[in-house]
Amino acid sequence: MEFFVTLIQVLDSTIRLATPLLLACLAGLYSERAGIFDIGLEGKMLMAAFFSAAVAAVTGSVWLGLLAGIASSLILSGLHGLASITFRGNQLISGVAINFLAAGMTVLIAQSWFKQGGRTPSLFGGGRFESAEFPYAIGPDDAELTGRSVSDLMSDANALHLIYSELLSGHSILVYIAFLMVPATWWVLFRTRFGLRLRAVGENPAAVDTAGVSVVGLRYAAVAICGVLCGIAGAYLATALQAGFVKDMTAGRGFIALAALIFAKWRPWHAMWACLLFGLLQAIALRFQNIDLGGVVIPVQVMDALPYILTVVILAGFVGKAIPPRAGGEPYVKER
Amino acid sequence: MEKMPKWADVVLIPLISLILAAILSALVILAIGENPVEAVNLMVTGALGSTYGWGYTLYYATNFMFTGLAVAVAFHARLFNIGGEGQAMLGGLGVAMVCLYVPWPHWSIALLGACAASMLFGAAWAAIPAYLQAKRGSHIVITTIMFNFIAAAFLNYMLVNVMRPQGSQDPATARFPEAVHLPTFQSMFSTAENVVFRGAPANISFFVALLACVVVWALIWRTRLGYEIRAYGHSETGAVYAGISPVRITIIAMLISGALAGLMAINNVMGEAERLVLNSTEGAGFIGIAVALMGRSHPFGVFLAAILFGFLYQGGAELALWTSIPRELIVVIQALVILFTGALDNMVRMPLEKLFLGLRKGAE
Repeated sequence: MEFFVTLIQVLDSTIRLATPLLLACLAGLYSERAGIFDIGLEGKMLMAAFFSAAVAAVTGSVWLGLLAGIASSLILSGLHGLASITFRGNQLISGVAINFLAAGMTVLIAQSWFKQGGRTPSLFGGGRFESAEFPYAIGPDDAELTGRSVSDLMSDANALHLIYSELLSGHSILVYIAFLMVPATWWVLFRTRFGLRLRAVGENPAAVDTAGVSVVGLRYAAVAICGVLCGIAGAYLATALQAGFVKDMTAGRGFIALAALIFAKWRPWHAMWACLLFGLLQAIALRFQNIDLGGVVIPVQVMDALPYILTVVILAGFVGKAIPPRAGGEPYVKER
Repeated sequence: MEKMPKWADVVLIPLISLILAAILSALVILAIGENPVEAVNLMVTGALGSTYGWGYTLYYATNFMFTGLAVAVAFHARLFNIGGEGQAMLGGLGVAMVCLYVPWPHWSIALLGACAASMLFGAAWAAIPAYLQAKRGSHIVITTIMFNFIAAAFLNYMLVNVMRPQGSQDPATARFPEAVHLPTFQSMFSTAENVVFRGAPANISFFVALLACVVVWALIWRTRLGYEIRAYGHSETGAVYAGISPVRITIIAMLISGALAGLMAINNVMGEAERLVLNSTEGAGFIGIAVALMGRSHPFGVFLAAILFGFLYQGGAELALWTSIPRELIVVIQALVILFTGALDNMVRMPLEKLFLGLRKGAE
């Protein structure tokens, strides 16, 4: 039973840690399916994390914070669009620039606003996303009623009730939004006219242009959706997973999301499984540090590096080849 | 017919991009409530006003020359090596191994050994992404990003679990023996009555970096291999038609690039820290991207851009010391330089090309 409780707890933290990855991964999915490579996911998340935490701290409203986060991420998206769509610049270099811009600007503005060494004040009350308790789930209310701790109640509950209370219930609303985005993304991309055009513009923009649809417009739309999702991902990091912004708090999550995107071969459902897998690796590394498997110790660093190693293996095509959208990374020039 | 004279392409465009980046940086400083003119004054006196300041400026510039050259060589083959950071980390591991485990009689021989080891380790770290790009078509940008993270985890493991001396809490190797300490500018240029570069980390590796600039120039513009690299970068189909093997050029260019990035370790690990610490590269691998873009992938341009960024780094440290502007201002400036000289290049180029075409028409 104790093992089972631990397992459920690890899976619970897997969901929490996979959420920002999933949002960023789906963000990258829209952008890259439309032919715009985006290695600036990290920067957009970071910028959104800062502005959501800053505005939530100043106004006391986490929803205003979320909006501010999305807006800041959208501005960076616009910059990426300007560089890679309008001025036909190198999309990868633009992404690198955006990552650095976010890394520098967040600390600069945080220092100038809050003077706390590049962080925001800790968020509390309405400044944070509360966890949503499902009906009949074991939560703080039950603990108060019975006078026992939540973890105590959890270990006494039966398996189904435990899964329901710990794993499914008690997350912030953004977690449920993130997982609902998976079927939504699948539906948009594969069941709507917009989705068909978006995928076409990533494979053969000339054909879309010939059909009389604006390539530039579609690509800007994709980049904007990417900005919104990155904004939610950043806001989740700073206002739900943690209580406030600290310097470089994305800690490479944007790149893990990118890795997950390749791992999933640019498909929404696979993206969810890839993000859950990488989230699980993070959760295990967080909980166990070095793992002893019958005498062979797996150092924690292996867990840290595993998402990247797996991605390289997938990219190498030894386990099913990952082929990116054909027009990815190429600026579209009318009438060559 | 060229749309623009060559000097405009080489000098004017980077200059305008730089001015745009400077104006935006000044606006950023204004926005956080500081005076940009005062900030520039502080930076200039802090970085260039004394031999001490120069000692730091040139130390940083040495790092950036190596990483800038690394990115530049790959750019010539139209490969974007974003993995300079990881390759430099591995170079540091190579330097630490030869410095700690080989009993060197004198620093000069040790320097040769360390150069060889750092280049070997850096090149080895670039070899796998290079092979995957050449043979399997895996995108080099993604694989090198992934290899940066793998390198960081690997180094963390090596320092915490393997190379850390007994009883030490610090994730770092032991100090290198006295015999492999490189001569600093202080010991090289000071006289008995006049001590210069006191306490500054600039060391003999600066001259290795200068040599590397010359060697890379000769390689790219004066050898058959360099011609093949440039031809491949210019047009892959053209190169194939001329009998140049894409696989061979991709792998060789990346190996050279990785070796140059790894070579940085003789400066920061052997010359300055004299032991290997976590995060010894401090992002120099990424600054190499800005340096190579600004230097237009030419070794002389890389040299100038590296000095500029060395100045920014030392100046930024002084700013953080004397004002409330944090060091991250430099990261913002770096981002703006990459943005304007790299991604928004066409924004500057298109109007200029129109201008020159108009001028030419007017003259005819």
